[in-house]
Amino acid sequence: MWAWFHKWSSPRWFYQLSGRLLPWLAVISAVCLLVGVAWGLLYVPPDYKQGNSFRIIYIHVPAAAVAMAGYMMMAIAGAISLVWRIKLADMVVKCAAPIGAALTFLALVTGAIWGKPTWGTWWVWDARITSVLVLFFLYIGIIALYEAFENKEAAGRACAILALVGAVNIPIIYWSVEWWYSLHQPASISFTGESSIHPSMLRPLMLTITGFYAFFGVALLMFVRNEILDRERNTRWVRELVTAAAR
Amino acid sequence: MSSLLEVRGLTFSRDHRVLAENLDFDVRAGSAIRLEGPNGAGKTTLLRIVAGLYSAYEGEIFYEGQRSLSALRRHSHFLGHAPALKGSLSAHENLDWLASLKGLAASAADIEAALEQVGLGGYEHIQCRQMSAGQQRRVALARLFLIPAKFWLLDEPFTALDKQSVAALEGWIGDFAKQGGAVLLTTHHDPAIPALQSIELGV
Amino acid sequence: MKTLGPIELALRLLRRELTVSLRRRTELANPLFFFLIVCTLFPLGLGPSPQILAELAPGILWIVALLSVLMASDALFKGDFDDGTLEQILLSPVPLYTTVLMKTLAHWLLTGVPLTLLSPLLALMLQMPSEGLGALLLSLGCGSLVLSFIAAIGAALTVGLKRGGVLLSLLVLPLFVPVLIFGSAAVQRAVAGMDASSPLALLAALALFFLALAPFAIGGALRVSLDQ
Repeated sequence: MWAWFHKWSSPRWFYQLSGRLLPWLAVISAVCLLVGVAWGLLYVPPDYKQGNSFRIIYIHVPAAAVAMAGYMMMAIAGAISLVWRIKLADMVVKCAAPIGAALTFLALVTGAIWGKPTWGTWWVWDARITSVLVLFFLYIGIIALYEAFENKEAAGRACAILALVGAVNIPIIYWSVEWWYSLHQPASISFTGESSIHPSMLRPLMLTITGFYAFFGVALLMFVRNEILDRERNTRWVRELVTAAAR
Repeated sequence: MSSLLEVRGLTFSRDHRVLAENLDFDVRAGSAIRLEGPNGAGKTTLLRIVAGLYSAYEGEIFYEGQRSLSALRRHSHFLGHAPALKGSLSAHENLDWLASLKGLAASAADIEAALEQVGLGGYEHIQCRQMSAGQQRRVALARLFLIPAKFWLLDEPFTALDKQSVAALEGWIGDFAKQGGAVLLTTHHDPAIPALQSIELGV
Repeated sequence: MKTLGPIELALRLLRRELTVSLRRRTELANPLFFFLIVCTLFPLGLGPSPQILAELAPGILWIVALLSVLMASDALFKGDFDDGTLEQILLSPVPLYTTVLMKTLAHWLLTGVPLTLLSPLLALMLQMPSEGLGALLLSLGCGSLVLSFIAAIGAALTVGLKRGGVLLSLLVLPLFVPVLIFGSAAVQRAVAGMDASSPLALLAALALFFLALAPFAIGGALRVSLDQ
């Protein structure tokens, strides 16, 4: 078991395995996203309150969900990196941060676009938006910290610690923001509350969520493979790989 | 005599440059070893690895037969480039704190004796910022006499010392080794220490 | 030589931190003047209307106090890093948890507590109704301890970097969010004549939570910062 674990966590092994996995994941991601988005945009009936504008949830909701799950995954990778000193794990931390930040940004932008027809304004200090904004800041912190270090191994471990601290704090932050919002909630915006979603709207949403998860996986694998080649550039197997590719 | 420290198959690099490959050495009680090599050969890095400050290495290090660092921490002194003194504190306060960090309570008499030993008798209550670099260095060295240890890790301990103090420190290192202590040090000059062994890095 | 017991050891470490800082008094005063000056900027920016100031005062006081703690925390480990003290701390047989806890407590005693004590004066200047004073003192006293712990994590992560200042605020400010929410809400509630005990209790819970866990993160971050 231990030997297996060690073998799997070696960058070279991971590089080869991920190379085989990548095409499948890319296909799953592309199919789910295309089908889900087409279904959601073209075939689902319009919402009786929001008309067609609700259709942005097929991008907005998956982006927000995967951004959140991505942070937790990053924190788990961080814990693995700190406990078992596995280099691969801190490469995952480093590579997950920009992807997560991009998804969080996408969630914020689509949220703002959705807000305009729904609330009549681009930005509302609503509990969920505020939480996502803070999540975006947490991602930015990880990226900035990594870039500030010259020694990339130390950078990886510093980010692992920060990701863990962030993950412990996220529930507290989310809960406090909910609490804050409940204190200040103006009575006029009750209409966005948890409206039950119709099953016909839900099915394509499930597809796009799967598609976003798979996309996250694809992007992460590609980034990590790149990082492996960079960090292991002095090893024989990388040199052989590069010369073989050049030929 | 028995090995205090065993280093096996040590490989380390910095900035993609391999500094040592499969290095094996022992530090026995009663010996003084000098790490030699040109600038950037990894002497300081090796000392930091042994002390447990730098972890990007492969290989195994045993202190008194064990991998754990706790015995090493209790029974060794590490003297880095910076003297680890607070300028705003007196020599007495600085040494008292260094003893606390080893979990020990130093009496005023102990501290006085240690300062006497490094030629700074009467300087107990002078703030370290008012001392010269060489005097500060000697206050830092006074901990070697204040707190008993088995193993000294000294990174460029002769820096900023005058001729007399250099000779004195060479004598202390020799005596400590003779009495069964172990010393691992780096230095640029050729110290006059009897039976000094050396490990060549960067060859 | 006598071996020190854990309590005696902790007290010695704390006393030493306090002595080192108290000998550099001007640096201790800086966060307090920062607090004072930035609070003065608000009436200049918002206008002197007592109603507006009174309404905004709890939030202003809390945000500025939070920034003051942040400013002061940049230097928390810097001096020790530069003079080699941090190496000795990491190599010591004393648990890093204890050392780091005492350093952070000293930081709180010398920034958070004085800020708290200064806050009623600024509350007066910002026309905050006096009903909020008790909650202001309690929430700042307790909340600044949490802020010190969070800021210490950031300071430990950035101590080895040449320019850590702005980066530190990027890392730390998002984590300050819950403290700001509970702290300012406590004062606002007290001002409005409502019961402020639940946000105060939440702040106390946060303080205990960070007291128990933050030193591990700070210690780990210090090890990483020196391990390069």
